[in-house]
Amino acid sequence: MTLRIDPARVEEAAKDLYVRALKMLPPDIKRGFDALVARETDATAQSVLGVMVRNIAVAERTDNLLCQDTGIPIYNVTIGRDVVVDGVALKAAIRKGCERATREYPLRSSVVHPLTRRNEHTSCGEGIPVIHVDFSDGFDGLRIEMIPKGSGSENNSWLRMAVPADGIDAIKRFVIDCVLDAGGKTCPPTIVGVGVGGTADLCVHLAKRAATRPLGTHCADADGAALETELTGAVNMLGVGPQGLGGDATAFAVHVELAATHITMNPVAVNMQCHSARRASAHFTETGVTYGF
Amino acid sequence: MHYDLATPVTEAAVRQLRINDTVTLQKRLFGIRDATQIALFDRGRTTRLDLAGHAVIHTAPNVRKVEPCADHPVGYAPVCIGTTTSMRMERFTHPLMKDLGVRIIIGKGGLGPASLTAFAELGGVYLAIIGGTAALETTWIEAIEDVDLDDLNPESLWQFRIRDFGPLLVAMDSHGGSLYDTVDRAARDRRAAALAALHVAR
Repeated sequence: MTLRIDPARVEEAAKDLYVRALKMLPPDIKRGFDALVARETDATAQSVLGVMVRNIAVAERTDNLLCQDTGIPIYNVTIGRDVVVDGVALKAAIRKGCERATREYPLRSSVVHPLTRRNEHTSCGEGIPVIHVDFSDGFDGLRIEMIPKGSGSENNSWLRMAVPADGIDAIKRFVIDCVLDAGGKTCPPTIVGVGVGGTADLCVHLAKRAATRPLGTHCADADGAALETELTGAVNMLGVGPQGLGGDATAFAVHVELAATHITMNPVAVNMQCHSARRASAHFTETGVTYGF
Repeated sequence: MHYDLATPVTEAAVRQLRINDTVTLQKRLFGIRDATQIALFDRGRTTRLDLAGHAVIHTAPNVRKVEPCADHPVGYAPVCIGTTTSMRMERFTHPLMKDLGVRIIIGKGGLGPASLTAFAELGGVYLAIIGGTAALETTWIEAIEDVDLDDLNPESLWQFRIRDFGPLLVAMDSHGGSLYDTVDRAARDRRAAALAALHVAR
């Protein structure tokens, strides 16, 4: 049966998702905190993690935003089979919803023109919100995932076009050095997203996808998944700790996403997600719209 | 050691603070950000607000416009007020202290060597707040008392009335101490061990 998507409902969802993402931390991240608290051995780090956990409760109790940074709005749209949607109207509706959330809540617009630095107070601008549209088989309906990507973590993003002779060692060394350089600036504990392979732009995109993937999920590629486990252990040996003030909990996890690459290339990118690892989703099916994470 | 300090503070009050002490602030706090300091120190703009002896926090808040009243004297109600990464604003620490008399900088992620020198020379301190915990931080702010340079909104110069703002951790002091340096050095010392665990040569 064919599912027709009404752009007006997409606009409402895009608006609701922005505010929802800013207020409610996904359950996998909360469980991530529980795991870090359980094994933290440093007293300062325990106290820092305690404040972070308390903040989640205060945000829920006071119905407030978790973090002041409303981020750069990103909408990831996944379209299944037998969905009829006007793509142009869909993108316009998402943009309108994002703008309305900003004006009506009101949210701080964190988006400016890159040269004039002018803020339109809409959270929108040239190319923003970022909207990715993809298609999936074996998937019912249409899903919109909203990610308000904070700048503290985003400002710590790197790409290195290593060469094949550098091998996997170059990838591992690069990740360790990025975590060291980031220190406390990324609001650790973080999810360290690592993109491996592809072209330069795809590699960075993969790193972002890895950084924003739910905790407890793994790279679909077995070698990529093994690399995740190895890197998570190594990164948490460094002692950067929550907020860069020392401790065991430097990262919730290292996530890897990969793509095939050229015979002459060995690209690696790192993008980080802060401890306020916010995201929200809306799933459109025949029975209506279901909100989740 | 824990200190409860009402702003403005004296140089002596700041110089007694050492890394790992904790501080709770009372009374008044100013909010500044990248654009605020670019305007003040690169573009020659001035402010009518007096920051001498005061604390500033690296922030750009979420606010709601309301009719000015006793609770919201300049027509802004706080929605969500948090903290941004300090390091981008490293080069402004010296003029903030020298030109405007600021004594306390609150932020996240730490500042660098130029700030540490300024804290030692001029008598200042960096207090670490936990980044990303804005919902909690907002409960420590009673009102937005004043605002200047508001064409830069949300990066205006904000004046907050605060109550029990903290506890905050003294992370950089006026005696050359920096928790960030200590942690960074220790982490870089562990680099070789982390690489060995990954079977990577240095």
